[in-house]
Amino acid sequence: MSVSAPDKKLATSGPGIPFILKKAFISAAVALVLFSLMIGIRTEAGPTGQLIYWTRFGDLALLVGAVFGGSIVIELFRQWLGPADMGQLIPPSVQGGLTIAGRFVAPALLIFTLLVPVIFYNQRYILDLAILVLTYVMLGWGLNVVVGLAGLLDLGYVAFYAVGAYSYALLATNFGLSFWVCLPLAGLLASLWGVMLGFPVLRLRGDYLAIVTLAFGEIIRLVIINWQSLTGGPNGVSGIPRPTLFGIPLTPGDDGLAAKLGIEFSPTHRIVFLFYLILALALLTNWVTIRLRRLPIGRAWEALREDEVACRALGINTTTTKLTAFATGAMFGGFAGAFFATRQGFISPESFTFQESALVLAIVVLGGMGSQLGVALAALAMIGGFELFRGLEQYRMLVFGIAMVLLMIWRPRGLIGHRAPTVYLKQAQAISSDLVKEGHG
Amino acid sequence: MSGDNILTVEHLTMRFGGIVAVNDLSFGAGHRKITALIGPNGAGKTTVFNCITGFYKPTGGALRLRRDGDAEIALERLNDFRISKQAKVARTFQNIRLFPGMTALENLMVAQHNALMQASGFTFLGLIGAPGYRAAEKRAIDLAKFWLERIGLIDRADDAAGNLPYGDQRRLEIARAMCTEPTLLCLDEPAAGLNARESAALSELLLSIRGEQGASILLIEHDMSVVMEISDHVVVMDYGVKIAEGTPGNVRDDPKVIAAYLGADEEEAIAVMESGS
Repeated sequence: MSVSAPDKKLATSGPGIPFILKKAFISAAVALVLFSLMIGIRTEAGPTGQLIYWTRFGDLALLVGAVFGGSIVIELFRQWLGPADMGQLIPPSVQGGLTIAGRFVAPALLIFTLLVPVIFYNQRYILDLAILVLTYVMLGWGLNVVVGLAGLLDLGYVAFYAVGAYSYALLATNFGLSFWVCLPLAGLLASLWGVMLGFPVLRLRGDYLAIVTLAFGEIIRLVIINWQSLTGGPNGVSGIPRPTLFGIPLTPGDDGLAAKLGIEFSPTHRIVFLFYLILALALLTNWVTIRLRRLPIGRAWEALREDEVACRALGINTTTTKLTAFATGAMFGGFAGAFFATRQGFISPESFTFQESALVLAIVVLGGMGSQLGVALAALAMIGGFELFRGLEQYRMLVFGIAMVLLMIWRPRGLIGHRAPTVYLKQAQAISSDLVKEGHG
Repeated sequence: MSGDNILTVEHLTMRFGGIVAVNDLSFGAGHRKITALIGPNGAGKTTVFNCITGFYKPTGGALRLRRDGDAEIALERLNDFRISKQAKVARTFQNIRLFPGMTALENLMVAQHNALMQASGFTFLGLIGAPGYRAAEKRAIDLAKFWLERIGLIDRADDAAGNLPYGDQRRLEIARAMCTEPTLLCLDEPAAGLNARESAALSELLLSIRGEQGASILLIEHDMSVVMEISDHVVVMDYGVKIAEGTPGNVRDDPKVIAAYLGADEEEAIAVMESGS
């Protein structure tokens, strides 16, 4: 046990050629088993319906060889670089520069976001993409309250998104209520459902909590599909009113905004308006979350993630603390849902599948649980980056998957893994992700 | 005996299935006194603690808490967080349970949750930054600072609790419990894993908590030097029952206690004592 750190490092460079070869052989053997049927034998239905097959041992040999060689290369790299550690790859002076630069990332990103409609005014595609990214930023920030702060794994977040969207769609089409009246109502209804979900899962932890929240998301979707008289079932709700600028519609007519301002009408006005609308909603989410973290309720959420038993011993009501986390997260999901409905003008249950929940959860995990900036960057990477790979066509998913796996190897606790303290005496020091718990749920 | 007790345990029984962990235990913890609960491993001490602090619901018996001028509170009827919130009973854990990813200061702020929650108007006033809440938060930080200074951790206030040395974590957990401003402080093996110097500092801290803060202390401890030095009253348990009670001096010389600790028969223990003296 008395081996000191430098000795250990020597030891890792110790295992020589036999070790590397052994590892490469094992990898190659696994590859051989895996690919022998998938690549080695090709089957097809013949002209008369019988099965014809032919072998492709050449391709198989090539793949297994690539795995063998790749394993050796990776192992050599690993020994050359030592254990994956940022400190080794980047000299301290550069690291210091990075921390200073890190302080300006958030303001710079915000200013750039504010200017997006100005810079890309004529590029409708980019504006649409930016709106989509911001929607996911908002969803990510909302889910971050539940998963990142309170440490409760929620796989059914899309349910609240759906509740918000249908709340607005049904209230607006049936009762003619305006977007600005429906927005708080959508948030309220979603948070009500958040509490409804919260009650049964209060005592659940870990995998069990994940399963119940997953089921909850599916229940909401199935209810929407099957309650045809109210929701229109699989046909969805169409003709959802577009948002107005406090009563002034963004239409080409005489009472439209363009006519009132005396400028020529352009459909881009509506897109720009939608952009700033979702930006405002996302920033509201961010502001509220940052404020909440510094209030007793936010500290109680984080304490709950760290140690629930200690919370109870300190007189914290864990029931209400969990329920408020679910309700707050759900409320933001509801806001985002209402925005989604007004932007699309049409919603159907297809928009609220489990895949959406998984995507939002991936954004939160990738960003670094609990970090606001990390979640925003992750949403940009996940949604924007996915579009970036469009040129790769059928390999898009593959490249994207590999990129995510690599990122998780490089930064297992997300892009921004450290935690900023909510209160300090002298100096706020970032807390290493090694100490911060992931929560029990 | 019951006149000046802050906590009275009467006929406490706790069963887990067929196992009787605590059997018909009665004792009292004096007001502004340090009461020690000792006994060999597995005697049921921590079970008693868990009953008092609401983590277990006792199978039978009564737990009464009486504060100055207040009506008695039946602890066995309150559950988990209410014991700390309403009855003002705070506890620490045998295996330290701090919030490791939060700073020492934050740990002490979380302990003042209920007071701050009220001041923040259940979050709504706090969200808009009402001056009343800001003042309350400042007071909370001052209280935290007071305790950090008291345990000598003021310089490490902004460090993550999980990064502190073991002894500091033990003291921080006691400070965190004290930040809930308890009338009864329950400490589960506070000296476990501490060296002689740290144990001495701990004894001093506990004596000053009793003297200056006026809190009553109930502690489980294996470190006899701490128990004998600071306790006013010692209760000895073995196999879920009380085998002795009294001042530290009385208990130390009790053959039953020695037998329990040495795992020998009572007669043998007496023989050992007589041959020794």
